[in-house]
Amino acid sequence: MRVNLTVNGVEQTVDDVWEGESLLYALRERLGLPGSKNACEQGECGSCTVYLDGVPVCACLVAAGQAEGREVRTVEGLAPGGGGLDPVQEAFVEAGAVQCGFCTPGLVVQSHDLIERVPDPSDAEIREALAGNLCRCTGYEKILDAVRLAARRKASTT
Amino acid sequence: MDFLRPLTWQDALAAKAARPGAVPIQGGTDVMVEINFGSAARRPEALLDLNPVRELAGHEELPDGTLRVGAGVPYVRLIAELGDRLPGLAQASRTVGSPQIRNRGTAGGNLGAASPAGDCHPPLLACGAVVEAESAARGTRLIPAADFYTGVKRNALEPDELIRAIRIAPASGPQYFAKIGTRNAMVIAVCSFAIALHPRERRVGTGIGSAAPTPLRATAAEEYLSTELDWEGRGPLPDAVARRFGEFVREAAAPIDDVRGTAGYRRHALAVLARRTLTWAWNDHRAARKEVS
Ligand SMILES: Cc1cc2nc3c(=O)[nH]c(=O)nc-3n(C[C@H](O)[C@H](O)[C@H](O)COP(=O)(O)OP(=O)(O)OC[C@H]3O[C@@H](n4cnc5c(N)ncnc54)[C@H](O)[C@@H]3O)c2cc1C
Ligand code: FES
Ligand code: FES
Repeated sequence: MRVNLTVNGVEQTVDDVWEGESLLYALRERLGLPGSKNACEQGECGSCTVYLDGVPVCACLVAAGQAEGREVRTVEGLAPGGGGLDPVQEAFVEAGAVQCGFCTPGLVVQSHDLIERVPDPSDAEIREALAGNLCRCTGYEKILDAVRLAARRKASTT
Repeated sequence: MDFLRPLTWQDALAAKAARPGAVPIQGGTDVMVEINFGSAARRPEALLDLNPVRELAGHEELPDGTLRVGAGVPYVRLIAELGDRLPGLAQASRTVGSPQIRNRGTAGGNLGAASPAGDCHPPLLACGAVVEAESAARGTRLIPAADFYTGVKRNALEPDELIRAIRIAPASGPQYFAKIGTRNAMVIAVCSFAIALHPRERRVGTGIGSAAPTPLRATAAEEYLSTELDWEGRGPLPDAVARRFGEFVREAAAPIDDVRGTAGYRRHALAVLARRTLTWAWNDHRAARKEVS
């Protein structure tokens, strides 16, 4: 089937989508956006987190057909363009919150949403917001540092 | 496989009548796991996407004050928009999965899946909620939650029916939900318990999760409390009453041993949860009087 959707601000038409296919598969395999990762395909790890109409969701649990006419924003769509990074991405790099990097795109999108909604999150709020994102490398401490850093940066620039 | 995308509730009912084998999908947090992992042989003949159906995404107050909550309202909105009037259901919603799951998952989907471990079920039972089902052929059918769960992952819906809404009275007294699991997020309940006090009717509602083939009420425990509690005087809760209540709840359960816990542990934990949630609720009830006077 055909699915029309907006991805990172660009209208896209995707053909030959299988009816049971996930949005994650369509993004990675049909739209050439491999940023969102496929780790568990059952909503447990958060590596596939994308915005759907402005709300972070596990792309592996959205049927591609459900994205018809809707807006998707992936990790590829966070940076302002021209090679720059979003403050959340910068903070992850600087804080050393990235090791193998597999969990990073999901954590970046989820953290981005948290800071948009809660500009000065408490530690409890950060932990709660990231409870659905698993990381097997970092032990999470540096990820928490990155989110705190990103929130501070964002507050000072706005 | 087909992908059906009705844009209105009437079209959705017509589609379900024409294709009873079509599987409704809302948040997809149960349906997509099945498709991602199920064998090709068990794939549904069609998916029926209910996301575009606006009627399902809203909630309203009926003339008698009952809340009519659309089947497609995600947990995140149940918590934010209805948490003040449906505290038990909101507490249970807060424990579901993770933020991403709560952004998509719905109480309607929880009912559709009818897992004995589903977190909505205990508060829906305790509050005496009613499931509003509808079909193109026979119109609306109101099914009390207590009659809705018919077996492990089975519910009372007919093949041509869809869930339109949940009807539930706003809380008239304290409500609590408690759940046992290994961590605070991403936990399928080992067992769970909900309590709702209805002080005006001098009645208590209960719901047990993950401790029998279906979610269920502890009716003997409810009756015991209705007569035993000091509704007017609002005196302190006697230890013996809390304990006996816990025993009644434990006796109502019919748990099994599985990977998440043993039957014995579940029984024990339920008695503790029952006692604890009753204590919280009763303390709130007592404090409420102090505020009024
Ligand atoms: C990582 C993860 C964690 C989870 N954690 C929890 C948890 O802590 N507690 C818990 O209770 N559940 C949990 N779940 C299960 C799931 O999120 C819930 O059951 C959720 O409420 C399902 O809602 P949904 O809208 O996503 O349902 P869907 O997957 O869209 O549908 C679920 C079922 O309901 C049917 N259905 C949907 N809408 C209707 C309708 N309007 N009429 C008739 N049938 C309908 C579908 O056909 C399907 O059978 C978890 C799932 C995942 C993937
Ligand atoms: S791949 Fe989607 S949550 Fe793990
Ligand atoms: S950096 Fe490797 S999983 Fe998180």
